[in-house]
Amino acid sequence: MAILIDSDTRLLVQGLTGREGTFHAKQAIAYGTTVVGGVTPGKGGTTHEGLPVFDTVAQAVEMTRANTSLVFVPPRFAADAVLEAASAGVPLVVCISEGIPTLDMVRVLGALDPTASRLVGPNCPGLISPGLSKAGIIPGHICQKGRIGVVSRSGTLTYEAVHQVTELGLGQSTCIGIGGDPLIGTSFIDALRLFAEDSQTDAVILIGEIGGTAEEEAAAYIKDSFRKPIVGFIAGQTAPPSRRMGHAGAIISGGKGTAVEKMDALVSAGVHVVESPGDLGAEMVRVLSL
Amino acid sequence: MKIHEYQAKELLKRYGVPIPNGGVVFTSAEARKVAEGLGADVVVIKAQIHAGGRGKGGGVRLARGSAEAEKIAEELLGMQLVTLQTGSEGRKVSRLLVEEGVDIKRELYLGEVLDRVASCPLMMVSTAGGVDIEQVAADKPRLIKRQNVSSELTVDQARSLAEALKPDDDKQCAEAIELIRKLNKLFWENDVSLLEINPLVVTRNGRLLALDAKINFDDSALFRQKHLANLRDLAEEEPLEIEASKHSLKYIKLDGTIGCMVNGAGLAMATMDIIKLAGGEAANFLDVGGGANADQIRNAFKILLSDENVKAVFINIFGGILRCDVLAEGVINAVRDLDVAMPVVIRMEGTNVKKGREMLQASGLNFTTVDTMAQAADRVVGLAQTH
Repeated sequence: MAILIDSDTRLLVQGLTGREGTFHAKQAIAYGTTVVGGVTPGKGGTTHEGLPVFDTVAQAVEMTRANTSLVFVPPRFAADAVLEAASAGVPLVVCISEGIPTLDMVRVLGALDPTASRLVGPNCPGLISPGLSKAGIIPGHICQKGRIGVVSRSGTLTYEAVHQVTELGLGQSTCIGIGGDPLIGTSFIDALRLFAEDSQTDAVILIGEIGGTAEEEAAAYIKDSFRKPIVGFIAGQTAPPSRRMGHAGAIISGGKGTAVEKMDALVSAGVHVVESPGDLGAEMVRVLSL
Repeated sequence: MKIHEYQAKELLKRYGVPIPNGGVVFTSAEARKVAEGLGADVVVIKAQIHAGGRGKGGGVRLARGSAEAEKIAEELLGMQLVTLQTGSEGRKVSRLLVEEGVDIKRELYLGEVLDRVASCPLMMVSTAGGVDIEQVAADKPRLIKRQNVSSELTVDQARSLAEALKPDDDKQCAEAIELIRKLNKLFWENDVSLLEINPLVVTRNGRLLALDAKINFDDSALFRQKHLANLRDLAEEEPLEIEASKHSLKYIKLDGTIGCMVNGAGLAMATMDIIKLAGGEAANFLDVGGGANADQIRNAFKILLSDENVKAVFINIFGGILRCDVLAEGVINAVRDLDVAMPVVIRMEGTNVKKGREMLQASGLNFTTVDTMAQAADRVVGLAQTH
């Protein structure tokens, strides 16, 4: 089954003709994803890498029946690109772009109807359901089809976790990077709800980081209603306060958003929290053997 | 991006928010001149640094008359001002704000920040201004009125916020409503990420006045806020961080001895964490990004080696888009060009890892290559201690 993307995914790439759009569309095709076309305003009617290019998302959806859109548009135009995909009725919009102004995201999240269009990201590596489909930039070759769900605010740290799990012989159902910005479309809770309902996900790896309260909110939800085992890690245990640690959302401000608070909240919700990022895979093996 | 108090006040003034009379000075002679011009019995001299806690740190002083203003300015200019937020080395004072003294009746608080849970800005007001508002929020949250706001603040929303400031009369209430609407307009029009007026004061004659002001801006929106570019004060930033930003690298200097080079912010933080677990301390956070090329790797090396505390280097790369062979080439070139003598521990995984490892091996340089993050952390901490 997997969540959000699978073999029925028909992927449209907004910003297909750009450098990153081109590279990752090719990677997605090589992975076996059904990529149906791209959108670049002004280049409608042309083809790129053998894919049809459209001026608007609405045209693309009409012609290709795309059901997922992947956004590689430069940050200053990305908010409008997301809203365009939503208004064209695309049910899943995955925004990779980093550096979207915060007030643009306020506008996007205010306008999105989450029952009609789900946004994953921005500033995220996207999703992969190993063996089925990929919508994003997670390298396919480190993944393996299996029964562990992965949800994370980070990019390469997610790859690290996936790699550990794969090396230990466990595969993944779906890996989802929810993004490192302060405002994002899909939260930990949203992803966990989907994993809860997915019959092919047995356990989950959850990777958070300093800043905000998303992990604490997830902990409250887990305590209440999530019954599958979770192994967790919070990056930034040694991060200094009041400094933005690379990700726009990764900042301890006014003493809030520390790793310790988040780890405590997750532990008290029954999550198996590891202190070392090197222990994620091994801890999952241990937890599954309980 | 942060700006100085006097710059924030200039922006407030442009939006019609009342501020005390005064001006910024760079020399004590200028301080005397501004003080004379104010003609006030008491002038306030405030050190301009990008850190709070200036009052308690001795960076805000009162002077009676322009001669005393000059003397105090003399003392403040050039000093290393240490506050709770600056760290022990403090910040060098090179600008002062000289303002007329204000006769204060009440001290209020007004702030606007992003509310990550509600996904929109949040305005907060309180009658408990002038003190540590975070303490008030923790101890007496009821003293803070909170209101989520859009770019179009309604009169009703502004009124309910204004009333929470307990205005003395209708005129003051109307003034507060106006002020709240102007501040929200400023917030939205300038891509502000944090706005704080603490204290907002009621003067003896019943007027509202922004006695202090702190404004930060969203770095991601600076491309459309060009007027802010010349407000940046590079003297307030770490030189290595400025250099890194020129090469699209994210670098933050820390206090340890192990220089780190990592791709991705989450993995970079996790690398700092695992170094600590192995008994060491990271000298920096350094994210070379997803698509770094050999040139950027070289620049990254240069920057992290400029920190004299660095005793050993830990390179932790998970190659996704960034290929391990590109990384290896960059590292080999950098170590040769820069004549790096200290130990370099490399842990890489992912795209083209085999080729990358072969290149490191064939280089004949003294790299320590390790398979896992945990092993790498142990090795680099050991090497840093013995080197």
